[in-house]
Amino acid sequence: MLRYLAKRLSYYAVLLIAAVFLAYAISATALQPRTYFDAKVPRPAAESVERQLTALNLNDRTPVVERFGHWAGGLVHGDLGRTIHDTPVTDDFGRRVWVSLRLLLIGSLLGIVLGVAAGAWSAVRQYRISDRLLTVLSFVLLSTPVFLVALFLKNGAIAAKNAAGHDVIPFTGYETPGLTGGLGAHLADWALHLLLPTISLALGGLATYSRYQRGTMLDVLGSDYLRTAEAKGLTRRRALVKHGLRTAVIPMSTMFAYSFLGIFTGAIFTETIFGWHGMGEWLIQSINEQDVNSVVAVNLFTAVVVLASGFLADTLHAALDPRVRS
Amino acid sequence: MTTVAAEPTAPPAAPRTTGRGRLVLTRLLSARGAVAGAVLVLLLFALAFGGPYLTPWDYATPDFGALHQPPSAEHWFGTNGIGQDVFAQTVRGLQKSLVIGLLVALFSTVLASLVGACAGYFGGWTDRALMFLVDLLLVFPSFLIITIVSPRLKSTGWIAFVLLLALFNWMITARVVRSMTISLREREFVRAARFMGVRPLRIITRHILPNVASFLIIDATIAVGGAVMSETALSYFGFGVKAPDVSLGTLLAAGTSEAPVFPWLFYFAAGLLVLFVLAVNLIGDGLRDALDPTAGGPRRRRSARRKKP
Amino acid sequence: MTTTVETPLLAVRDLRVDFAGPHGPVPAVRGVDLTVRRGETLGIVGESGSGKSVTALSVLGLLPHTASLHGSVRLDGRELVGLPGKELAAIRGHRVAMVFQDPLSAFTPVYRIGDQIAEAVRIHQPVDKAAARRRAAELLDLVGIPAPERALDSFPHEFSGGMRQRAMIAMAIANDPDILLADEPTTALDVTIQAQVLDVLRTAQRETGAALVLVSHDLGVIAGMADRVAVMYAGRVVETAGVDELFAAPRHPYTLGLIGAVPRLDGRGGPLVPIPGAPAPMADLPTGCPFAARCPLAEDRCSAAEPELAGDEGHLAACVRSAELAERRPAPAEVFPVPELPAAVGSAAGSGDRGSVAGSGDRGSRAPVLAVSGLGKTFPLLKGTVFKRKVGEVYAVDGVDLDLREGETLGLVGESGSGKSTTLFELLNLAAPETGRIELLGHDAAALSRAEAHRLRAELQIVFQDPMASLDPRMPIGDIVAEPLRAQHAAREEIARRVPELLRQVGLDPDHAARYPHQFSGGQRQRVSIARALAVRPKLLVLDEPVSALDVSIQAGVLNLLQALKAELGLSYLFVSHDLSVIRHLADRVSVMYLGRTVEQGEVSAVFDRPRHPYTRALLSAVPLPDPAAERARDRILLAGDPPSPTERHTGCPFRTRCPVYAGLADPAARTRCEQERPALVGDTPAQDHQAACHYPES
Repeated sequence: MLRYLAKRLSYYAVLLIAAVFLAYAISATALQPRTYFDAKVPRPAAESVERQLTALNLNDRTPVVERFGHWAGGLVHGDLGRTIHDTPVTDDFGRRVWVSLRLLLIGSLLGIVLGVAAGAWSAVRQYRISDRLLTVLSFVLLSTPVFLVALFLKNGAIAAKNAAGHDVIPFTGYETPGLTGGLGAHLADWALHLLLPTISLALGGLATYSRYQRGTMLDVLGSDYLRTAEAKGLTRRRALVKHGLRTAVIPMSTMFAYSFLGIFTGAIFTETIFGWHGMGEWLIQSINEQDVNSVVAVNLFTAVVVLASGFLADTLHAALDPRVRS
Repeated sequence: MTTVAAEPTAPPAAPRTTGRGRLVLTRLLSARGAVAGAVLVLLLFALAFGGPYLTPWDYATPDFGALHQPPSAEHWFGTNGIGQDVFAQTVRGLQKSLVIGLLVALFSTVLASLVGACAGYFGGWTDRALMFLVDLLLVFPSFLIITIVSPRLKSTGWIAFVLLLALFNWMITARVVRSMTISLREREFVRAARFMGVRPLRIITRHILPNVASFLIIDATIAVGGAVMSETALSYFGFGVKAPDVSLGTLLAAGTSEAPVFPWLFYFAAGLLVLFVLAVNLIGDGLRDALDPTAGGPRRRRSARRKKP
Repeated sequence: MTTTVETPLLAVRDLRVDFAGPHGPVPAVRGVDLTVRRGETLGIVGESGSGKSVTALSVLGLLPHTASLHGSVRLDGRELVGLPGKELAAIRGHRVAMVFQDPLSAFTPVYRIGDQIAEAVRIHQPVDKAAARRRAAELLDLVGIPAPERALDSFPHEFSGGMRQRAMIAMAIANDPDILLADEPTTALDVTIQAQVLDVLRTAQRETGAALVLVSHDLGVIAGMADRVAVMYAGRVVETAGVDELFAAPRHPYTLGLIGAVPRLDGRGGPLVPIPGAPAPMADLPTGCPFAARCPLAEDRCSAAEPELAGDEGHLAACVRSAELAERRPAPAEVFPVPELPAAVGSAAGSGDRGSVAGSGDRGSRAPVLAVSGLGKTFPLLKGTVFKRKVGEVYAVDGVDLDLREGETLGLVGESGSGKSTTLFELLNLAAPETGRIELLGHDAAALSRAEAHRLRAELQIVFQDPMASLDPRMPIGDIVAEPLRAQHAAREEIARRVPELLRQVGLDPDHAARYPHQFSGGQRQRVSIARALAVRPKLLVLDEPVSALDVSIQAGVLNLLQALKAELGLSYLFVSHDLSVIRHLADRVSVMYLGRTVEQGEVSAVFDRPRHPYTRALLSAVPLPDPAAERARDRILLAGDPPSPTERHTGCPFRTRCPVYAGLADPAARTRCEQERPALVGDTPAQDHQAACHYPES
């Protein structure tokens, strides 16, 4: 078991290195920080641009491999380079990463739990009204891009505000600026701000997972071992939970790993739409500013998070299924 | 669904349709969702390509006499802030989004089936190398790469955008095709062909791909919906289709800020988008039930006895 | 154990089960009456689709939701049909327990065996966890699982098929049930393991005093286990009687046909009698007797109305002519038409008489078709999912010798894991084997160029076990049959001429060339498979379990076809089978494999009548005979345990871990010989075609 996980981990390390290099190469060649400086008013002198570019390790006249080597050398010491505004990337990173993780973790966990529950329930009640309703709902959700869900929610919140004359549910930012009061007030404020972005993220997960879970659960419903469990004298309900659901969640663990990418992409939209200063918003902003080092930092973040979720899924899979362990 | 090419020895093709093809068609027609989806998709296509002929307005030319007008007999979907006809724009955007969705699904499915079938059939280093590539591409959100690269593609226009979307959309399908191929490779009819001296490429085209065709058809259908969603999302943030082209994504981006006050600028495009993806998903689901005898429907308990290997 | 009470233990009356189908309900069971008395064994026999398993599942209300059930099932007089779920659950596993067919899928894969058995105990008995676990260990011990304490902590996938089925039985008897329902409990198992499991079932029955309802398609198993038998066809019981009476004097033509269709290990019973046609389609049953279409005794009145199950005390049959059959007692061949089989080229093969077919003098003069010596093949034993690491070797084939002459049929016998399939694939690869030598029609496989190998493929064709799996479901059968011709670059006109000819040759309608495999029945599909193999006029046909996926009544027809084709076309067959009766019936010579090695080979009658290797003896004694009297009279050699793992190469004799002869050796020096020295394949006298690889063979 440990050996299995260790092997996965080493594979992921190789993937991570290759992925980061690729990300650096693509960003460093596709983005043109030079244009950012050239577009400044007043236009700085050519040598000054050259000097600044070299100082920031962004000079396109230096070979990409050399720039990557420099960047990677810094990475070993926890240095992600400097932004195009000549501030340390790690500062931005440290601030934004918690904003994003808060949203990602709560949103995806909520999606998983609700999706598994809804899918299993839907399968057991196959072709009844409740199953059909859930199916229709998940189809509509699956057919709505996350940014559209987020926009719908935001427009709803704006409409509510216009109708009530004041904010009903906050729809910008992750906290009320200048809020006074104790810890409790802060927590409540955070939770309220989390509400809409989390819902827009979780709904997509809910729809995907519930469809998938419904499928695996239906497979299990026709399985021989469920029949055995009933033949032993377990009631249908107990057999379904103890033997059915327990086995039907196993394939879901692989699903989590694959779907994390989608969730992250969704988070980029939600952050931008709800004005969260997280990693997603940073990505779009830094692409527009040709800020290579910041873009690479976001790439590094997603690669690590995707691989971590893959590792977590593997661990979960091994923990859930004795057949992979041996 | 008979992907088998007509062969000179076989009698006329007439009796063939009595087989699987008709069976699939019957099952598909009995799935109301799929029929509804197909009708919707056809209507939307008719709208996208016939729509421009229904209205005197052009999608770009402004009508300065009608700014921010709500839907009326004159302007069916109303007008925007500079007097452009929203119906003409929506129809035009829908057209672009549909074409992009179809092309992306087509390209990515072809790529996925080739990579998957080769990795699965040949195994060994071919498999390992291709699967490493798949894993590598899966580590990035495609969104990231596309956003980084797309500003460089201004001159090539939306076709390059289609290729980019396709390039980041085939990996999971390829994985599934690969694992299906691996199990097909050990199936007896493939072994039989191998032992009869049939060449590998012929085995892949004549035995393997036709047998994963149902999966590919379903997957491609759903991929159309996915591609349209990606396209609109990217265009919404300015990384996809760019002016002077319009797509549903650019329309949504333009309408968002004014949506609370001038809802017609936003909700027609949003509604059509959801409607189209929904219809495509319904077809995909219906196809799944019709093509895959083990999915959905009343499950028959197979009590046929299993004999030893 | 037979305390006869007024009310029967289990009484099934007018049981009807329908499954929801696309065009309305399809019947599966159509009015079945069964009675089970305390402690007795009732055998339910029938072919696939006869409704026998559905009947068994109905008793416990375990049918899927698409089924609707009518009629009455009474346990000790208490009606079970319509009982609320909770009350039914209290009966399941407590008073009536079930043993399922496939023990791998019947255990929940994620829980340990011990926990699953203990769960069964705790559902019905107020005991704590520790006590339930102790009881589970006792049960595993009772069913003969070694080291039961350790076995408790195993997962289902870590058990072999035989062990799983034992554990399944242990779980079923956990609460001392009154009735054990066993649905094809040994179908997926090898014969020696089947013999073990049937023995465990007898033990279980003895320990608990339970009545046993045994559902099986295997007449031999039924003959050896049952007290009374019910024969099912098309969802009804067509005949029921005491086991001796039923086999000796069947009163329904279907029963008679079934008995005639089974090849017998003891060589008695004459030529195989196929039942013509295919089982009645349940979705579209004719009015009248459903068997009438296949029955040579059918009269006009048979198609008018379905006959009732009638007869005297204890022997009922649903046939209008049952009285006549009871009186006349015909042999199967007197009722059913038996095809004339032409004599084989180069051998005096009559279907019944196999004695002198391959006499050694005659053999030497015939050209060798296949000569294999010392064949070996190892697979790397891999671990890990991404970076696979080699942790050892699997010795799949480790010393196989084969010798097949023109016009002969060589039977290759072995249980699963014996390396039969690997041997076949090594032959079919037409490349240099890992070790040993393969010679095909005089060509050394190691010395073939690619073009030569491609040409040689035409001489060597294969028919696989499962015709559904070996025919591409997406191709019309005309294309399927044409494929080997195309692979050999045959001309278009040649293909157009050959395909109808081939279909006719195997007894199919050439007009059906455009149909797809799923439109044919199992037997017909296997005929397509044979036609494909014959397309390029091969000299050698490799038949890999060609009839084991077919029902008995269909199997006989395919076997007869194979015999006829061989005689007509002068083919040689390498016939691989786990079914010794089929081999006895069809082969001239036989080769027995165990753990990748040939342990005995020779002329069929010599090997079957005077087996010299203890493994062959055990194998033969494990095959059940469809003859209750003979079955009871026979001595049985039960082998202990499972075959050892092929991941280590055994020094000495690989069979010694299960060998009764080795176990009985008193002399330590003699034992050392088995442990150290690998026995060679040698004959008693050089003149006789019969060799065994044993240091202490039976002479």
